Amino acid sequence: MLAVAAIGRQSGHLSRATAEIGGILAGLSSREAGNEADEPASYRADIENRVLRLEAAGNWSIVHLNKVDDALRKLAAMPGEADRAVIALSAVSRFDTAAAAIVSRTAARLEEQGLRVEFEGVSEAQHLLLDKIGGFGEPEPVHQPPVPLYLQIVGKIGETSLVMAAEARAMLGFVGAVIVTVGRTIANPRRFRLVPFVHHMEKSGFDALPLVCLLTFLIGAVVAQQGAVQLRQFGAEVFTVNLIAIIFLREVGLLLTAIIVAGRSGSAFTAEIGSMKMREEIDAMRTLGLDPMDMLVLPRVAALTVTLPLLTFIADVMGLVGGGLVVFFMLDMSPGVYITRVQEAVGFWTFGVGLVKAPFMAAVIALVGCRAGLAVTGSAESVGAMTTSSVVRSIFLVIILDALFAMFFTAVDI
Amino acid sequence: MSTGRKGEPIIEVEGLDTRFGDNVVHENLDLTVRRGEVIGIVGGSGTGKSVLLRTILGLKQPDAGRIRVFGLDFSTLPEAERRLNERRWGVLFQDGALFSALTVAENIQVPYREHLDLSQELMDELAAVKIAMVGLRPTACSLYPSELSGGMRKRAGLARALALDPEILFLDEPTAGLDPIGAAAFDELINDLKETLGLTVFLVTHDLDTLHATCDRIAVLAEKHVILVGTIDDMLRSSHPWIHEYFHGPRARAALAGK
Repeated sequence: MLAVAAIGRQSGHLSRATAEIGGILAGLSSREAGNEADEPASYRADIENRVLRLEAAGNWSIVHLNKVDDALRKLAAMPGEADRAVIALSAVSRFDTAAAAIVSRTAARLEEQGLRVEFEGVSEAQHLLLDKIGGFGEPEPVHQPPVPLYLQIVGKIGETSLVMAAEARAMLGFVGAVIVTVGRTIANPRRFRLVPFVHHMEKSGFDALPLVCLLTFLIGAVVAQQGAVQLRQFGAEVFTVNLIAIIFLREVGLLLTAIIVAGRSGSAFTAEIGSMKMREEIDAMRTLGLDPMDMLVLPRVAALTVTLPLLTFIADVMGLVGGGLVVFFMLDMSPGVYITRVQEAVGFWTFGVGLVKAPFMAAVIALVGCRAGLAVTGSAESVGAMTTSSVVRSIFLVIILDALFAMFFTAVDI
Repeated sequence: MSTGRKGEPIIEVEGLDTRFGDNVVHENLDLTVRRGEVIGIVGGSGTGKSVLLRTILGLKQPDAGRIRVFGLDFSTLPEAERRLNERRWGVLFQDGALFSALTVAENIQVPYREHLDLSQELMDELAAVKIAMVGLRPTACSLYPSELSGGMRKRAGLARALALDPEILFLDEPTAGLDPIGAAAFDELINDLKETLGLTVFLVTHDLDTLHATCDRIAVLAEKHVILVGTIDDMLRSSHPWIHEYFHGPRARAALAGK
């Protein structure tokens, strides 16, 4: 590969500014494979009898043009003592659109400086290209100047608040629409889509079983083990059973399950509905007289509302089994005794409180997931963004809801 | 203005076989594209026009046969050299295939950023030139692909394909989904590019008007290989039933009448 830096000959007539620039020439080594004529782009600038003569030479393709461009920009801004400019292209071996853009821009700048610009040695193809590019006029700046940081911060806060307010409003509207759909379906049960309902029960409920069982079993064992170690210091290790039973039945079983389901199924709802939205499947549904609320949202919400309490029940059992196993090994408590002690430790409502919360949390997860899916706009990126925000939002709302329930149950003394 | 002589072979496909499982798409397919010509690839749906394009680009591995572009067999080239030569072609996919996370201007600047060392000022200017070249309004620069119409996405995709002034331009159904005015402008654009840049254009299309307006030669894909290559007159003279039907059908007559 050639690495030739063409040397600029400086004329004695050059003004100081031009002399500085005339020497700067593109000396990029050739990076293009297989090109024979690979003298890098260069030009020579002379002023003689108040005529600025620019002689371009070499391969004026985009690979070589960066340095020439810099130099020409400066030259065009300060052309020196001349009233006429001649741009000669006869020694150019390759001339592409980038070159045409640079040359026609240089010509336009020189004209702004009051020079008359003429071209010389322009081939037919170059002429066509220059005409085409020159005809577009000056391009508008693509990048806006950067906004000061403090304004960006204030702007971001304001924007986020507005988005949140709009989102809350939209969510409220969506919940309303779902309630209307539920009402319509109750009035006319034949509208209910049984097949997708069962399908989603399987996908978000049954298929989640292994994960839910494993995680709650392990957490149950860990809580029992830690609890036993701490309570032993007071000689109260028998109360480990109370600890596991109450904590699991009332809070942890449900919360763990809800968070797993939000991550597993809430995200799936958003991604499924989102990509359908992206491919205009939802619009197609509407035009075919099908209501996406009936087809997509209601089966998912109903399926999750039914399966989450069931999953929670199994999570509770697995947590107790995990705890029982640790208690059996650490405290030598037989399974029979363990079961009796669990019965003594909890009343029906300890278990009931956990289970009552489940359908509400399921509805929140499903609603947030479906709504985020329907809010997807055109791009693949937006599916990803909405899926993330759907999971984050539903986990956040699940925990808020749990806190509200805790306050409520304390108030009603359960 | 491209390197190399006009008329020499630039794409050579010899004895190409492609299969998807048991489904044989091409069998012993030969095709030569010459430098500086616009070649149109036509064929019924499912005859593997797009597959041929993807195989030439190296996106699909051929099951047998040899493909040489710029006289080089890309499958045996070392990685670095292959990348260098891949810059010498530009591809417009069916729906533009713009990167959805980037604006139109940034999409066009991707090859500049990746392969060249240009100032931001120059990149912006070049992006603006390419955008004007493909007939988009300057305001399109800062829009994201999801904010564009199908036709605009195609034009922006073309602008990106042209970013590095390629020697070969691959176009996959460029005028499908464009309005007649837009499609005619697209045809004119292809002719302009061919004339000014000495581009070789590999055009997969169904659009008879585009075939008439731009193509120097037409290659017909049927029965798993290229059954005829020639000018539009050769096509009109051919007695092959599918070619006859294609070029003498009611739509073909309308397109010809418009000439």
